[in-house]
Amino acid sequence: MAALEEEFTLSTVPLGAGPNGLLGVEQSDKTDQFLVTHGGRTVILYKVSDQKPLGSWSVKQGQIITCPAVCNFQTGEFIVVHDNKVLRIWNTEDVNLDKVFKATLSAEIYRIHSIQGTEPLVLFKEGAVRGLEALLAEPQQKIETVLSDDEVIKWTKVFMVFRHPVLIFITEKHGNHFAYIQTFSSRTLSKYTLFHGQEEKSVIQNFTASVDRKFISLMSLSSDGCVYETSIPIHPRDPDENQRVVRSLLLKTVVAGNARSGVALTVLDQDHVAVLGPPLPASKECLSIWNTKFQTLQTSRELPQGTSGQLWYFGENLFMLHGKFLTVIPYKCEVSSLAGALGKLKHSQDPGTHTVPHFVNWETSRGYGFGSQNSEQSKRILRRRKIEVNVPPPAFEQLLSTIKKDSEKDIEVELCKFLAVKRTPDFHTIVGDIVLELLGRHTTEPSFYPRNSLMQLIQTHVLSYSLCPGLMEAALEKTDVQMLQLCLQQFPDIPESITCACLKLFLSISDDSLQETEINMESVSDCSDPVQEKMDEQTEILQNGFNADEQNCDSCDRKLNQKPQDAAEETTSCPVVPKRAALLNAILHSAYSEMFLLPHLKDIPAQHVTLFLQYLYFLYLKCSENATMTLPGLHPPTLNQICICSELNKIEVSFRELQKLNQEKNNRELYSIEVLELF
Amino acid sequence: MGEFKVHRVRFFNYVPSGIRCVAYNNQSNRLAVSRTDGTVEIYNLSANYFQEKFFPGHESRATEALCWAKGQRLFSGGLNGEIIEYDLQALNIKYAMDAFGGPIWSMAVSPCGSQLLVGCEDGSVKLFQITPDKIQFERNFDRQKSRILSLSWHPSGTHIAAGSIDYISVFDVKSGSAVHKMLVDRQYMGVSKRKCIIWGVAFLSDGTVISVDSAGKVQFWDSATGTLVKNHLIANADVQSIAVSDQEDSFVVGTAEGTVFHFQLVSVTSNSSEKQWVRTKPFQHHTHDVRAVAHSPTALISGGTDTHLVIRPLMEKVEVKNYDAALRKITFPHRRLISCSKKRHLLLFQFAHHLELWRLGSTVATGKNGDTLPLSKDADHLLHLKTKGPENIICSCISPCGSWIAYSTTSRFFLYRLNYEHDNISLQRVSKMPAFLRSALQILFSEDSTKLFVASNQGSLHIIRLLEGSFKHLHTFQPQSGTVESMCLLAISPDGNWLAASGTSAGVHVYNIKHLKLHCTVPAYNFPVTALAIAPNTNNLVIAHSDQQPLPNDKTLLYNPLPPTNESDVIRRRTAHAFKISKIYKPLLFMDLLDERTLVAVERPLDDIIAQLPPPIKKKKFGT
Repeated sequence: MAALEEEFTLSTVPLGAGPNGLLGVEQSDKTDQFLVTHGGRTVILYKVSDQKPLGSWSVKQGQIITCPAVCNFQTGEFIVVHDNKVLRIWNTEDVNLDKVFKATLSAEIYRIHSIQGTEPLVLFKEGAVRGLEALLAEPQQKIETVLSDDEVIKWTKVFMVFRHPVLIFITEKHGNHFAYIQTFSSRTLSKYTLFHGQEEKSVIQNFTASVDRKFISLMSLSSDGCVYETSIPIHPRDPDENQRVVRSLLLKTVVAGNARSGVALTVLDQDHVAVLGPPLPASKECLSIWNTKFQTLQTSRELPQGTSGQLWYFGENLFMLHGKFLTVIPYKCEVSSLAGALGKLKHSQDPGTHTVPHFVNWETSRGYGFGSQNSEQSKRILRRRKIEVNVPPPAFEQLLSTIKKDSEKDIEVELCKFLAVKRTPDFHTIVGDIVLELLGRHTTEPSFYPRNSLMQLIQTHVLSYSLCPGLMEAALEKTDVQMLQLCLQQFPDIPESITCACLKLFLSISDDSLQETEINMESVSDCSDPVQEKMDEQTEILQNGFNADEQNCDSCDRKLNQKPQDAAEETTSCPVVPKRAALLNAILHSAYSEMFLLPHLKDIPAQHVTLFLQYLYFLYLKCSENATMTLPGLHPPTLNQICICSELNKIEVSFRELQKLNQEKNNRELYSIEVLELF
Repeated sequence: MGEFKVHRVRFFNYVPSGIRCVAYNNQSNRLAVSRTDGTVEIYNLSANYFQEKFFPGHESRATEALCWAKGQRLFSGGLNGEIIEYDLQALNIKYAMDAFGGPIWSMAVSPCGSQLLVGCEDGSVKLFQITPDKIQFERNFDRQKSRILSLSWHPSGTHIAAGSIDYISVFDVKSGSAVHKMLVDRQYMGVSKRKCIIWGVAFLSDGTVISVDSAGKVQFWDSATGTLVKNHLIANADVQSIAVSDQEDSFVVGTAEGTVFHFQLVSVTSNSSEKQWVRTKPFQHHTHDVRAVAHSPTALISGGTDTHLVIRPLMEKVEVKNYDAALRKITFPHRRLISCSKKRHLLLFQFAHHLELWRLGSTVATGKNGDTLPLSKDADHLLHLKTKGPENIICSCISPCGSWIAYSTTSRFFLYRLNYEHDNISLQRVSKMPAFLRSALQILFSEDSTKLFVASNQGSLHIIRLLEGSFKHLHTFQPQSGTVESMCLLAISPDGNWLAASGTSAGVHVYNIKHLKLHCTVPAYNFPVTALAIAPNTNNLVIAHSDQQPLPNDKTLLYNPLPPTNESDVIRRRTAHAFKISKIYKPLLFMDLLDERTLVAVERPLDDIIAQLPPPIKKKKFGT
């Protein structure tokens, strides 16, 4: 659930009102530090958490800053443009902007983009794009004109896609909008006409965009107050042709239709957008968070002193003008996951042991390589947009090459070395990749099954099913029940089909093969004692002192000291061997949703289902006899287990109902004469 | 062993009365149960939950409260405004005393057992001193606005909690004044009910008052400040009863939905000393209101409108895994309600206020095991005999020849002579029965229907000779000096020479009828006798005890041990080899041989009883 936290004001100096008051807010290379460019002459570096400026730089009187200052992440220097053509580059030690490096270009600059993982990119007003290095090498080089006459850039943004920057800018000409995608990997520029569709009359007021591998999702806020989405392919089939893209309605009437100013839109993550503007024609301006997937308003905050229609989002902070002050509202959003939606998220009881979250975005660990070391900045941004590569620890590279060719023994040694190194924040993704690497070799080379290494990796407690898909399948294939048990205990997100496959295997595996395997018996420690089993009492119902359910009615030769509870002992001794019980307990402890489990349960043969039900009934008896409501095992009683008992209670009721159905057959006449033969 | 024709009788339309109160006595391990018809039953929990004593009901004596006092004295209070003490030896009412406060709704004995508190309709709480042979009114507490429905003493005896309508009062016993008044929220699921009735309160030693009420709440109050500490909403209907264990670490509540909830004081985390009350186990053994609960050291006991007494052992408290560890459901009285005339194939059914006489049908067909034979004549309802007065029938009997019917209430003994002329029956009451026969506990006719044996509640046994239309008192066996224990069970040998009689705890006495003297006494056994019979031809006495264990004695020659038997539940037929067990029957209330090859079995399916109860509160069940 998304939530806005308490807002605070960043600058104590009042800014000029309107869009000229504030040119932009940009990240610096240090966490928590942002460059704020005031319209006019000043650039201030703020430390947001301390709410205080770290440095301030101004251009000379008569000069005017025309484009927000950015930080060159590769060098740590700051870059600003004044008077449209003059570049200034400086760092925090410099005091006077007049004395820093200066380069005058031959064309007017629209924006400088700088993001991590690439050099700053300069977008000129005529639509040309240059890398900063190339520009500085020859400042007076000729800049070509891309755009036609009267065509002006309205908005621009840059993304990293597969380690290469992709720049998008939107232009307007006579009320028509065009999107240009500049890729740097293939050096292509493609042009798209934004087709308005039905809503011809509305005027687009604001843009935002996010990237999803092959598409840029461009969102626009129109004057009718609705948010529209347009998908633009990053790599067009035919780059030369002018293509049309149609927009579709994403959110209806998020701001009042006739709002003149102070309207802005920014995408927060793949499901959430922030909208600035008055929700109703008469109301004050508001900052609202919308969930686009469920079309719901998550939260909103009123800005009674008005705002300027500018909204920036970095890390966990939203920046906007509130009245005349730059205001920061921290924004938090739980990672939404299917597991969370289905209530399967496990909440670790002692936070000290697991500092690494179980759930990670699948995209982070796979396809994008390894996440940034500098992940403290913004995990969400990193997950979505950061594609830069930091140098992985050397032990890791060593390990990867070992995995590719060396023997299992060598891999174990390397793995030990690797695991001994201090854990980095993205440790879980690295471990996941090691497992994938091992499994990759396993698939190409079936005899290679580095069981010990895999077990060791699972025991790092950071893996989940989604981090290493294929691991449990491989273990199922090898009938490696010990590893499956470990996975069931550790992974919070096992799909129900795999859970069912495990159940099927655990029920069908022969006792002999179980005997040879080494299984964690912790969950069945107290029912393995045969002496204890003898003590199990009967729990049948007696009516008027008579046991109505006793089965052996015609045992004529009962032993003198045989007590009726002998018959009941059958049901209270464990119907499966302790090792199998331990495996079944692992299944029962794993998280699953009935809805997804049921289709797979049908695949289990009847005799195994019966065995499983017998075991469940045994557990039920165990639970009801036990004072502290513990399931068999060492763990202290928890309310959860009491819940389990109540679930088993339901099973018992169902059993009873079945029994009743059986008895219904008896005739219900009031009087009859029958023949009874006693032997 | 052979083939029998079995008359399966399911037309005995007996419905037990609902349970109103239960009271558990820790010292004697006995449980007193009162029913809506005023019957009070005593169960011996040590003797396999045998119902060893009972006090017959009375139409005007609806008991609303029941409690044990010091010295195992039993008191009850009812809607007629009387406090009654029961004589557990002589099995009669010792005295009844009007409390002068209108109907009595609640009752509590002080922790030391010497003071009795009653809560009345007029809002008064009255304190009585229990003297060795009576009770004496001491004083009133501050009068409350409305009826006092529940009472509980603080274990120190200094304060009491009284549940009324919409509020709970805490009284100081010394001054008799209300210290706190704790108002209970009427809200029920957001809707304001008209009234919130406090059905039960329990005062714990730490000053906590637990209340249960008609809005489905279990609430914890701090009696020192008069504030609500915790609230559990557990039912959509009334929570009607509460009982706390002696250790105060667990308590049980019963709801109108038939659910019993167990609450336990458990540690908040596994190794912390901080404890809190947690609802641990729900039990659904009842279909109707659970009007009363009790908490013995080892079991949760509950009873209510559906007439079952349910004893649910707490597995953690049971050390020996025997019958005590099994869930018990007791529905039927542990005594005979049916008698049979073998000669005329008649059955006499005893109800609370009337007797029914039925003639069994007949068949000429034969068949093999399991066949139902076509009837040539169906069973007939011959007679419906209503008692006069408000008292319940204690016992009844029809003679083997079918010509005599006898029954007894607390104040009178009735004997009727039946005449059969073709299909017509005429009934003639034998007048001037002697007064000493009243309150008979057991009536038996000799096999030849010439003698009537009556066990009175004073411990004596009377023998009456029956003549055509009249009678003659033949002899009275007086109880042995020093004992006043009444005889509950009688058995006569088929040849008419021997009479066996047994009380609740002493041994079985065997009398010689020819010489009218005591022949011998079978020594007492730890467990009470539940059934007696003398075998034909051999004159062996067979005794069944409530522990369901065999007991060989000098008069019996047993080849095999007795199977688990109770007086009414199992076909019991001894042969030289073994006991035969058949399990095709519903709960059996009666079984007898009409002749060598014919059995009569009276079944009472539980479903038929439930069908006659008022409909339960509708509740969504799992899977429906």
